[in-house]
Amino acid sequence: MTDDTLIQHRPILFRYALLHLRDADLAEDVVQETLLAALQSDAGFAERSSLRTWLIGILKHKIADQQRRDARETRLFEPDRVGADEDIEEHLFNAEGSWHSPPKVWSHPENALEQEEFWRIYEWCQQNLPARQAEVFMLRELVGLEPEEICKEANLSSTNYWVTLHRARMRLRACLEARWFGKQQTGDK
Amino acid sequence: MRSCREVSELVSKSLDVHLSLRERMAVRLHLMMCRHCSNFKKQMLFLRRAGASYVEYLEKTSRKESVKR
Ligand SMILES: [Zn+2]
Repeated sequence: MTDDTLIQHRPILFRYALLHLRDADLAEDVVQETLLAALQSDAGFAERSSLRTWLIGILKHKIADQQRRDARETRLFEPDRVGADEDIEEHLFNAEGSWHSPPKVWSHPENALEQEEFWRIYEWCQQNLPARQAEVFMLRELVGLEPEEICKEANLSSTNYWVTLHRARMRLRACLEARWFGKQQTGDK
Repeated sequence: MRSCREVSELVSKSLDVHLSLRERMAVRLHLMMCRHCSNFKKQMLFLRRAGASYVEYLEKTSRKESVKR
């Protein structure tokens, strides 16, 4: 295994660690440890994706060690709340498949990205997704894993993966509209 | 014509995979006539950007140097 093949995976490993540890410096440390451990092992991999699965496996152990050292185990994905995975589409659309409360225009959404207050709300909305949805959404949109990798990681069929990801997006969208964009002033500033 | 429910699923899916030509045409036609789903599509694109920006935000705010200052 060459250094180059390993280093390609660094950004994804870093984002994965950052989301779990919520500390960029610690995340860098565990990623470094992971890459060193990988270098010292002489496992060979035919496919890029299986190498990454293996690296994430090592990384998970390093993250768990770090959390034990910190004595503050923060669980990224809370166990599912009762009824949390229900089919929300039933509430969002009527029998004909039209929106109950149609998506509104979000004015200047890019400005929100600059605001501390927006991120607090974004985080709240994201953390309030049902566990499975939060996991799939974060692995896809935040970490940047490929759909097939996420199916393996979250033990989902490809159909269930799509449904889960879509529901996560629907919930997040509705939450941001209710708590942020619906409250912003419309019109140009 | 496809319903908003179906179109919203296709829009979501199109962020990750190529839709078939048939599906793409159906979505395009629907979006031309439905501003609700057009809004939805813009919001989906925004969510993707926000996800990436959130990671950057988390990285920036959790650095020790930034806390000290
Ligand atoms: Zn529509």
